[in-house]
Amino acid sequence: MSTAGRTLAMGQDETSGIARPFVEAPFGKALVEAATANAQIVGLTADLGKYTDIHPFRDAFPDRFFNVGMAEQNLVAVAAGLARTGKVPFATTYGVFATRRAYDFIAIALAHSRANVKIIAGLPGLTTGYGGTHQAIEDLALMRMIPGLTIIDPCDATEIAAATAAIAEFDGPVYMRLLRGSVPVVLPPDYQFKLGRAVKLAHGTDVGIVSTGMMTERALDAAAVLAKRGVSVGVLHVPTIKPFDSNAVAEFASSVDRVVTAENHVVVGGLASLVVEKLHDSRIAKPVTRIGLPDRYIECGSVATLQSRYGITIDAIVETIASQGLST
Amino acid sequence: MAHNWPPASPDLAALKLRATSLRRHMLTMARGQGQGYIGQGLGIADVLAALYFHELRYDPQNLSWRERDRFLLSTGHYSIALWAALAEAGILPLDELATYGADDSRLQMSTLHTTPGVEIIGGSLGHGLGQGVGQALGLRLDRSDARVFVELSDGELQEGSTWEAAMSARHFELDGLIALIDCNGIQADGPVVLDMEPIADKWRAFGWETLEIDGNDMEAITAALTTSRGRNRRPKAIILRTLPGKGVKRIEGSEKSHFFRVDISEWDSIIDEFEQSLGEQS
Repeated sequence: MSTAGRTLAMGQDETSGIARPFVEAPFGKALVEAATANAQIVGLTADLGKYTDIHPFRDAFPDRFFNVGMAEQNLVAVAAGLARTGKVPFATTYGVFATRRAYDFIAIALAHSRANVKIIAGLPGLTTGYGGTHQAIEDLALMRMIPGLTIIDPCDATEIAAATAAIAEFDGPVYMRLLRGSVPVVLPPDYQFKLGRAVKLAHGTDVGIVSTGMMTERALDAAAVLAKRGVSVGVLHVPTIKPFDSNAVAEFASSVDRVVTAENHVVVGGLASLVVEKLHDSRIAKPVTRIGLPDRYIECGSVATLQSRYGITIDAIVETIASQGLST
Repeated sequence: MAHNWPPASPDLAALKLRATSLRRHMLTMARGQGQGYIGQGLGIADVLAALYFHELRYDPQNLSWRERDRFLLSTGHYSIALWAALAEAGILPLDELATYGADDSRLQMSTLHTTPGVEIIGGSLGHGLGQGVGQALGLRLDRSDARVFVELSDGELQEGSTWEAAMSARHFELDGLIALIDCNGIQADGPVVLDMEPIADKWRAFGWETLEIDGNDMEAITAALTTSRGRNRRPKAIILRTLPGKGVKRIEGSEKSHFFRVDISEWDSIIDEFEQSLGEQS
């Protein structure tokens, strides 16, 4: 872990409010650790090995690593076949390709078949400036519609490592979003990741931010800024999108005056929808403001500019909450 | 069958009788619902007889045996033929065949992995070969000599994922993977809607050891399967030229061959004709 010489992979986010330590390729390192203990773990990619941080596994276990080329349908099908023989495949590509191109294979060959395959999806939401072809802005919504699929959006290096270990043990198909390259450390070292469980990271009474993925880091930073202005902001981090910890969300929402959702994803079909559905079902009447990406394709550009333009920065969270008239 | 691989020389007469039994089961099953994918089933009957009663290594009493050869039916709508073969092989009860297509039956018009003897969910065409590649890779990692047979159809060759899988099988040198490509010349909209030829040359160009045979000729089928046992770092493709409805004249000549539905009285006369034709052959 180091704070010097931080290099950014293509499209890696660099807009952090607080200088934090970081870890290089936390997923690949955690996968090597899991695969050292479990010889059944195999790795696959569709020509994005070094761009999805699986290269440490490739180097450590070349005989258990398969690059199928640019063929995402085949990536998922081959992984399903390997799982059928008792292997535990981790298959990496970008979120856009896993979801948009290989959807039928994830639905039928993985989820319907209960295949023990882990799809690791790079470039989640708006973390690349390569435009709509590479920005997986709607992947959580697409994956959420698949019965029996576990979906995870980790927030930092600590959680990526913990979630990798957890899904290696878990028997079932998983879609996990991947922050790659130099990934900040946000959560404390003793953080315990548990599949399907949300975690309250900050206590507050005025506003409660329900966040997932990298937006949790920003929510925490925004809460710190707002605290200085006298606004009490809590943060509930929801790393597992499915199964959704709806009870934790209901309890959290009941403890605050207003709810804000924050996700690196369109504001329809993902975290915001899950929260609103739960509050409706539980008859919890609280104002909800949704922070996330608009329902449109986003242009090419620098990541910092685009994230600012489309409202998923710390400043955007602070301004949204402050404009609701709660600041003193 | 189980534990005696490689098999002895094929008993062609016995295998033809098995194929006839499979056809009889299928006709009875289709009559029960008045409909079904009978044309495809009858066309592939000889191949399934050769697999389940000669070539495949499996144990009907131990379906999860790790050393079993796998048979993946990619065209899930050919289920009628698979159910007939699995019942004839003692994996499913013969009397269960009467439930084909009925609500809550395990023997539906398309395959689910929850039915004993089924290796994959078929039916979303283009899924089978890639899963076969994965299974063959997994078996090789385990140093197993078990093989993976994947049935797919000519229409299914229009799915791009089939060719993704074909490329990767050659790259990974999966010589225990055998694609059985049922070229019956029909698909949902009628006769194959794209010119697929030359099919065998396509597979050869993708690096597969390729044979092209009459898929309703038992001697040719068993000879091709024997040839395909070679472990020469190349996957095998057997192009099977089959006749949809094979063995049942009225279905062979029907334009309804993709999905066949007639009333019960016509099924009865079709079955009578089938039995009479067997008498004439003997």
